[in-house]
Amino acid sequence: MKLLTCPINGSRPIQEFTYGGAVRDMPAPDAVNDEQWGDYVFHRNGYPEVKREWWYHTASGVWFIAERDVVNDVIVRTYLYSKGND
Amino acid sequence: MPYQLLRFAMRKKYPEPRMFRSPDKLRDEYDVVIIGGGGHGLATAYYLAKNHGITDVAVLDQGYIGGGGTGRNTAIIRSNYLTEQGVAFYQRSVNLYADLSRELDFNLFYTKRGHYTLAHSDASMRTMRWRAEVNKHVGVDSEVVGPGFIKKEIPQIDLQCGGHQPPIVGALYHPPGAIARHDAVAWTYARGADRHGVEIHQKTKVTGIEVRDHAVAGVHTDKGFVKARKVLSAVAGWTTHITKMIDLHTPLVIHPLQALVTEPLKPWLDAIVVSGSLHVYMSQSTRGEVVGGASLDPYELISMRSTLDFAESMAGYFVDLFPCLSNVKIMRQWAGLCDMTPDFSPIMGTTPIRGFYIDAGWGTYGFKATPVCGETLAHTIAHNEEHKLIRLFTLARFGRFELVGEKGAASVGH
Ligand SMILES: Cc1cc2nc3c(=O)[nH]c(=O)nc-3n(C[C@H](O)[C@H](O)[C@H](O)COP(=O)(O)OP(=O)(O)OC[C@H]3O[C@@H](n4cnc5c(N)ncnc54)[C@H](O)[C@@H]3O)c2cc1C
Repeated sequence: MKLLTCPINGSRPIQEFTYGGAVRDMPAPDAVNDEQWGDYVFHRNGYPEVKREWWYHTASGVWFIAERDVVNDVIVRTYLYSKGND
Repeated sequence: MPYQLLRFAMRKKYPEPRMFRSPDKLRDEYDVVIIGGGGHGLATAYYLAKNHGITDVAVLDQGYIGGGGTGRNTAIIRSNYLTEQGVAFYQRSVNLYADLSRELDFNLFYTKRGHYTLAHSDASMRTMRWRAEVNKHVGVDSEVVGPGFIKKEIPQIDLQCGGHQPPIVGALYHPPGAIARHDAVAWTYARGADRHGVEIHQKTKVTGIEVRDHAVAGVHTDKGFVKARKVLSAVAGWTTHITKMIDLHTPLVIHPLQALVTEPLKPWLDAIVVSGSLHVYMSQSTRGEVVGGASLDPYELISMRSTLDFAESMAGYFVDLFPCLSNVKIMRQWAGLCDMTPDFSPIMGTTPIRGFYIDAGWGTYGFKATPVCGETLAHTIAHNEEHKLIRLFTLARFGRFELVGEKGAASVGH
C-alpha cells in the first residue's frame, strides 16, 4: 500500500487523497495579454523531476503541499501551505 | 511438436528474412530525422517515402522499435468520437487500417469486432446519443442500442453488474470497432520504410536539438551530431524531455496507463466492451486472452510501474460485468506512459521553430491513429504546412483558447 503523510492526520493510504496538480503562480489577469493568460491556464511543466504539488485529504478536507519525485513516486516531504513557504 | 517447427528452432542461422536493415553507423546528415520509432514515427517515414518521394530519412529510437506505447496498448481501433473534426480524422485512420495488411503485405490480424460503450445512467445515455448523431452525420456507423440487444449479442454479460454497480441501461454500438496486432504495425511500417531506403537506428537516443536562427539544424545523439533540415519529434510519453531541450511550452502531463491479460480461454467474447462509469474495458485477443484496461492512474508519474491496486480493481469490475470470469487467472500486467492534453486531443504539426514538427498528446488513444498520423505528418513535413485533417490540432490552439473537446469520448483509456 502506498502511504502519504497528511500534515494533520498523519500517514494514510494514498487512496484517501486527491491529487490537485502542481503549485503554480497565477499572473495578475489584467497585467498579461491573452496569449500569456493561455500559457498560464493550459501549459504545464511535464518534465520529470521533484515537484511541489497540491494534495487533498478527502475524508477530512485538508489541502496541503507535497514535494514528490514524479519519476520514482517518492514523497520527499509534506507540509501545510502558508505564505512564505511558497 | 511439428517437425518443421523443431527444425526452424534448431537452425544455426535465423532462417527468416529480417524485417529491416540495422545500419551500424549514423550518417552525418539526413533530409529528415524522426525522433521515436513507435508506430507514428515509422508510419511517417513510410508515407514520406511513398507519398512524397522523400527517402533521405533516419528514424532514431533510444530503445527498440515498438517498445513504447505502440507495443503496450490494447490495440483498439474505432472512430466513434465526439467532435466532427475528431470523427473525420479517426475515420480516415480506420479506412487506412482496413487495407493495411494488403498495402504492407503482412497479416496484421485486423479484425472487426463491434465496439460497445455501456451506459449505466441517463446522463451517459445522453452522451451516447450525442456521439451516435455526430457519427451518423459524418457517415460513421454508430447507433444507440438497448439492454435487450446487448444481452442478445453478448450473452455472458450481467446487465445488473452483480448488483454492485448501477445496471446497464444501454450502449453506443459501433460495429466497425476493431483490434489489430500492434507489434506487427510497427514492424511492417519499418519494413515498408526500409524498402524505400529509410534508415532505422535503434539504441540511438536524442540528447539535444540544435537550433540556429529559429530554425532546426540537427540533433545531438549519444552517437554524435546529425545534421538535418527537418526534425519530427514523435516520442509520445517522452515528449517533455524533448520540449525541455528547446524550451517549448506545452500542456503535456504524463500519467501511466495500466493493462492486463488473463490466461488464454476458448473464444467466447467477440465484442469489445467498454464501461466509462466502471472505468474498465476489455476484449478477447486472437490468442484467447482477455485483455483489459482502465482509466489513467490518478496522478502524474513518469514511470512504467504496475500496481496491485489496478489488478484488484480490474478483477472486481471484470467479474461485475462477466461473472463467468471469476475463476480465471490474471497472467500479466504492465503499464505505458501517456502524454495527456486538457482536451483529450493530440498536438500535431509545426512549431515556432522552423523545420521542427511535433506529434504528441497521444495519451491513451494513439494506436488507432497510427496510419492517419503517418499520412498527415508526412504531408505536413513535405509541404511545411499542416494537412487539413490536423489543422485544429496545432500547439497554437491553446494560446487561442480553441480546444477540441474529446473528453467525453476518450476518457477511458483506449
Ligand atoms: C496500456 C495502454 C493501452 C492503450 N490502449 C490503446 C488502445 O486500445 N487504442 C489506442 O488507439 N491507443 C491506446 N493506447 C495509446 C497508444 O499506445 C499510444 O498513444 C501510441 O502507441 C503512441 O504511439 P507513438 O508512436 O506516438 O509513440 P511510442 O510507441 O510510445 O513510441 C515513442 C518512441 O520514442 C522513443 N524515444 C523516446 N525518447 C527518445 C529519445 N530521446 N531519442 C530517441 N528515441 C526516443 C521511445 O523509445 C519509443 O519507442 C494505449 C496506451 C497504453 C499505455
